Amino acid sequence: MSQTATTAETFIDGLDAGIGSIEGESEAILALRLEASRSFAATGVPTPKQEEWRFTNLKALAATPHDLGGPATADISPWRLTDSHRLVFVNGRFADTLSQIGELPEGVTIGSLATALSAENERAVFALGKGVDLESHPFAALNTANFVDGAFIHLNRGAVVEKPIHLLFVSVGGDGPIWSAPRNVISADPTAQATIVEHYVGTGGETLTVPVTEFQLAPGANIKHVRLQEEGRETRHIALQTSRQGRDSRLESVALNVGAALSRTNIDAELGAPGAHASLDGLYLVEDAQHTDTQIKVRHAAPHCTSHELYKGILDGKSRAVFNGRIVVDPGAQKTDAIQSNRNLLLSAGALVNSNPQLEILADDVRCTHGSTVGRLDEEAIFYLRSRGIARSTAESLLTYAFAAEIVQEIPVAEIRERMERHLVERLPQGELAREAF
Amino acid sequence: MSEQTKIIEDFANREYEHGFVTDVEQETFPPGLNEDVVRAISAKKNEPEWMTEWRLKAYRKWLEMTEPDWAKVDYPAIDYQEISYFAAPKKKIDSLDEVDPEILATYEKLGIPLDEQKLLANVAVDAVFDSVSVATTFKEKLGELGVIFCSFSDALQDHPELVKKYLGTVVPYTDNYFATLNSAVFSDGSFVYIPKGVRCPMELSTYFRINAENTGQFERTLIVADEGAYVSYLEGCTAPQRDENQLHAAVVELVALDDAEIKYSTVQNWYPGDKETGAGGIYNFVTKRGICGKRSKISWTQVETGSAITWKYPSVILKGDDSVGEFYSVALTSGRQQADTGSKMIHLGKNTSSTIISKGISAGKGQNTYRGQVKVTRKAENARNFSQCDSMLIGQDCGAHTFPYIEINNPTAQMEHEATTSKIGEDQIFYCNQRGIDTEDAVSMIVNGFCKEVFKELPMEFAVEAQKLLGVSLEGSVG
Repeated sequence: MSQTATTAETFIDGLDAGIGSIEGESEAILALRLEASRSFAATGVPTPKQEEWRFTNLKALAATPHDLGGPATADISPWRLTDSHRLVFVNGRFADTLSQIGELPEGVTIGSLATALSAENERAVFALGKGVDLESHPFAALNTANFVDGAFIHLNRGAVVEKPIHLLFVSVGGDGPIWSAPRNVISADPTAQATIVEHYVGTGGETLTVPVTEFQLAPGANIKHVRLQEEGRETRHIALQTSRQGRDSRLESVALNVGAALSRTNIDAELGAPGAHASLDGLYLVEDAQHTDTQIKVRHAAPHCTSHELYKGILDGKSRAVFNGRIVVDPGAQKTDAIQSNRNLLLSAGALVNSNPQLEILADDVRCTHGSTVGRLDEEAIFYLRSRGIARSTAESLLTYAFAAEIVQEIPVAEIRERMERHLVERLPQGELAREAF
Repeated sequence: MSEQTKIIEDFANREYEHGFVTDVEQETFPPGLNEDVVRAISAKKNEPEWMTEWRLKAYRKWLEMTEPDWAKVDYPAIDYQEISYFAAPKKKIDSLDEVDPEILATYEKLGIPLDEQKLLANVAVDAVFDSVSVATTFKEKLGELGVIFCSFSDALQDHPELVKKYLGTVVPYTDNYFATLNSAVFSDGSFVYIPKGVRCPMELSTYFRINAENTGQFERTLIVADEGAYVSYLEGCTAPQRDENQLHAAVVELVALDDAEIKYSTVQNWYPGDKETGAGGIYNFVTKRGICGKRSKISWTQVETGSAITWKYPSVILKGDDSVGEFYSVALTSGRQQADTGSKMIHLGKNTSSTIISKGISAGKGQNTYRGQVKVTRKAENARNFSQCDSMLIGQDCGAHTFPYIEINNPTAQMEHEATTSKIGEDQIFYCNQRGIDTEDAVSMIVNGFCKEVFKELPMEFAVEAQKLLGVSLEGSVG
């Protein structure tokens, strides 16, 4: 235990202090920060000896002191969406000049979380940290203790936001390693609707991003969400997404992991009232020495809820992917219908997949399935295409493209979908042809 | 619906049929474990020096280890100093005729009369009564073929070179907490050696029976199939009712050399504990592992219906090219039973394939967990795995969990894992009712159909026993 404590200290050393604060934030938030700071100090940077971190080694990270990223500017033109409500954060700090919130429908609040907290916005204060289990997620604790800013979105009853809400997080590396901890709170009142794009990018340099995003969906709320992580290859990205859903609410979330040397995404989804539905899909596209780790826990706490998870992965080079999906069905959560599937495509000899789909079921009248596959492209399918005069490399690109398309096509925002298609085209030898053929 | 529920409840609540204690005078060590006890066990069995040393090494290693807590099972801490590590029937027995009539009667009650089997079943039985083999049959017949089938202690006396060559090669004494404990204090077990090219003409079988109170039973089984050999081995268990938990930490090692095949089947029906409180059941912490040479095959089949806690992961190391590993399992938990079981398939050789079929049935307050691992290493070209884990839930208070670990390090691997969890469908029962099949028969048909993939892997006699174990209400409809 003392060893983990030391590593924690080394890491915190680089952060100037174990706790940050926002001017004007309430006592309650400060108390939460203190608790989180203590929690992180107690758990420290996790080691592979912990089951949850068995396949992701953070030794190098723990040994590297990081400074909290300061204000910076960046050219955001490569990532801009043409028509959206845009909030930009550089190194976890709100960049007013780069943001363009635009005209909002009535009953919709989109803005900086820091601003909301310093104004003691009741909803922001109330929602913050409610769905986060600090002990299970040491990096979420680190975030809670230190966050400077992030997005706060609140939708009043029945509010509908037509245009996508684009949350753009830019890591701007400096001389030494820096880190940032964006904190996003999204709460939707009954029957509200919105599409949210959570977008992580970087301009280079060694950075660490530790975001936490919390969703709260009231009865009948309907949120579409895309999480696109395309940070630089020197980056580490350790994220937590939590969601708590009310009756008949619906969350459709797609997570796309393309960038970063090491990315880890924890998703905790709780279906707390009958009729709630969560669809949590994802695609990870890794090559070279990239390491991506996805940990999803879907908890069915009430009867008559449905959940759907489909995670696909394409691995090239010496990359490694970890998938740990867990469906928990609480006692009494009858009529649960939960599906979980993880499919991996290995393109090279050095790639490694750890897939651990798990079920924990404590009710009897349920339908839960999970499946996992790992393999390469189907030789027969390649043969079929070749027998029709399509070159092998084209056939392979086509099939790989099609494998990913199932997820890509789900992306609710056209421009993000196109970005993903471009990533695919870049990774495949005959990508352009495959895209046209598709 | 209510009738169906009642049938299910009857099934889940049925009393343990084999709960009785045989009174045979036993020579038992006082509870406690230290180097002297290890030495004493070794001396008692007149073991060679290297064996004693091996045990002591294991014991010293064990002292440094901590009890694993990752399994999804819950039980009060075991005091290893409260357990007596050796119990043997006092009378020395040379032939079946001299076997204590009371012991014979015990087997009679369990439906495995030794002498009857001798005549009818063509099965050689190495019956283990607590820790020492009391009767071995068919030994001579097997001897003609060069097959060695004897108790572990006899093997140490008669074939020490074979034991020394293979003991600990699959499950080293450092392997895990319970295997290491077993290595230090194992009392007896079975040893099988099938010479090159020999196909063992009969099913070899051992019936384990835990009997003496407070005596942990530490069995050690070693089966070696030399090149081109074949053997099918049966292990069956049942234990009398007790109020104090009994620890059972067995180790089974299988060695299949090139072109050999070993089929290992288990029916386990130890006392599961009081169905209300869970008190008194057997703790079954078993390490079972086999290693395959080139073109060889190891197949595990298990039907686990007993024990308060089952912690068991029969595994296959597919070391040789073109080798095959199989695991078929039915695990039933009712009352307060907890089972954390599954299989490990480690693909090291090229063109290796493995199959895992696991059926879990939870009833009452039972907790049933499948935990398994499929690992394909970098050099294991063209490895193939198919895993299927199905769970059936009967009643509101039970649980079914699935934790497969999949690690694939080679792109030529084809790995598929599927799992489903469901309850007996009302529409399935309705379908049967509609066709004039009453609910009782329908339930048993569905449960048996659910398990059929596994039962068909069992040898005939065993399949019958397995079906018996699945409960009174299921009898009759099992074909």
